[in-house]
Amino acid sequence: MLENFTIESLIKAYKENKVSVSEVVSAYYDRIEQINPRFNVYVNTCKDLAMQRVASMPKYDVDKHLLYGVPLGLKDVFSYKDCEVTACSNLLKGYKPSFNAEATQRLLDQGGVVLGMLNTDEFTCGASSETSCYGATKNPYDDSCVAGGSSGGSAACIPLDLGVFATGTDTGGSIRQPASFCNAVGIKPTYGRIPRTGVISMASSLDTVGHMTKTVMDAAIVLQAMAGHSKYDSTTPNVPVDNYIDSVNKGVKGLKVGLPKEYFGDSVDPEVSAQVMKSVEVLKKNGAEIVEISLPYTKYGVAVYYIVSPSEVSANMERYDGIRYGQFATDGVTDLESYYTKTRGAGFGNEMLRRIMVGTFCLSSESYEAYYIKAQKVRTLLIEDFKKAFQKVDVIAGPVAPTPAFKLNSKATDPVEMYLCDALTIPSNCAGIPGISVPAGFTSAGMPVGLQLLAPHFKESTLFQTAKVVEDEFRCFEKLPSL
Amino acid sequence: MNMDLKLIEHLAKLVKLDLSQEQKELLLEQLPSIIESVEVLNEVDTTNVAPTYQSTGLTNVVREDEYNAQTNLGQSLLNHTQHEVVNDQIKVKSVFN
Repeated sequence: MLENFTIESLIKAYKENKVSVSEVVSAYYDRIEQINPRFNVYVNTCKDLAMQRVASMPKYDVDKHLLYGVPLGLKDVFSYKDCEVTACSNLLKGYKPSFNAEATQRLLDQGGVVLGMLNTDEFTCGASSETSCYGATKNPYDDSCVAGGSSGGSAACIPLDLGVFATGTDTGGSIRQPASFCNAVGIKPTYGRIPRTGVISMASSLDTVGHMTKTVMDAAIVLQAMAGHSKYDSTTPNVPVDNYIDSVNKGVKGLKVGLPKEYFGDSVDPEVSAQVMKSVEVLKKNGAEIVEISLPYTKYGVAVYYIVSPSEVSANMERYDGIRYGQFATDGVTDLESYYTKTRGAGFGNEMLRRIMVGTFCLSSESYEAYYIKAQKVRTLLIEDFKKAFQKVDVIAGPVAPTPAFKLNSKATDPVEMYLCDALTIPSNCAGIPGISVPAGFTSAGMPVGLQLLAPHFKESTLFQTAKVVEDEFRCFEKLPSL
Repeated sequence: MNMDLKLIEHLAKLVKLDLSQEQKELLLEQLPSIIESVEVLNEVDTTNVAPTYQSTGLTNVVREDEYNAQTNLGQSLLNHTQHEVVNDQIKVKSVFN
């Protein structure tokens, strides 16, 4: 029944009346039931709501609506009316939003069918999905390894074919790194290109809504559906939306591709560098000009991020007071103050407590100048790095993460070591520029490796046209995990 | 980085967290190394560098405050709360003692 559909191939099958939406959605639920227990990809499914959507399909037109009858998964931070959404935190168990996130709504408006909610690190804070209150997602290519994070469920969903595509969020690499670990295409658009309204916040100046797909064309289609200004999110610039779908097959002839030497340092696994360089050769073969560049402040990215993001996390988590959302304490509560402190102390997991406390430290009056303001100044220098580079090149290429997927529990006890996983993705979040991870082959042990591409603000089209050339050469989406 | 239990308790109070002794001790063990790792920024000369708070250059975005008669927000909230609802009101802990 299911033929590892892409959005493109599924829409074609609908147009030719080869399958019906109801058959496809049911087949996906059968597959989820069979495969999900082993990999822990979905944390919650919503079959009743999905069947209501199937019944509403006559309202949509397969020739007009980009996602007509396309089954998808939402990362467990996208508000979906009447469906339990928890950010994989004990604190939000039982919470059902009263509205759809703007991003969710745009997918529904194009005819998408939500299958359920996908695993993530708690409140998207992590690089392995191990801080989820539901336990980690396992890597489809080796179930003793992590799927990456925070959007681990979204990434694993793709090669396991538990949905045609999945949404994600990327604050410091949370779409690109798991996509790289799981052989998925993962795009983090420009900050504000897709509205954040109704997507549970982690760090508001860095959080970016994006998605995971099987192919580059699918990534362009989903961005076409979700991109654009929203009156509900004042951080979405009113910049016209490109025709991403038309850009995919433009090729790279004459394009200048920058290789930052800082992205190929000693900390990067040689097998990862080798795969990345193979894809750079492919770009060269197809007419791109390769230029060596330098992004000298890269090494300070992680430190900037681990001040700015926990500071914003500690502010965003204030809203979880046990009154408006989710769980609340009853034991030992004597007054309003103890109601707050007991609800929060019991609800957040250890990584959340660490980040909230670090953020509170950095924002406290004694440390504000020395830590928070200092980090925001170095952030300016990171942005200058990119501005200078994009005067010379159209797109920057490098590894996504220093290593392929690592073993479960291998970094969970050392927070600083875990934070280094994002060293090559964080700088672009600090600058708000778009990035993509496109599958670029496998290590000798059979683990996926992604190529990261970065472009100036609102130049997602350049990412798609470059990534497509790499995809056409390696065709990694054909190498599915053996189950 | 000098950190002691007193500072942990002070921060927890600021951010309204009731922590167990075990949680406090774990934080006391881990927070100093996290703070030390970010102190690498002291190497960078940031004289005359302005801080960045927003990366796409937007400032002071406002819109008209329009009334939307379509949304029945009140009823929707009553339908979605996890607290007890009494006479169309959500029952929560009293604010005044």
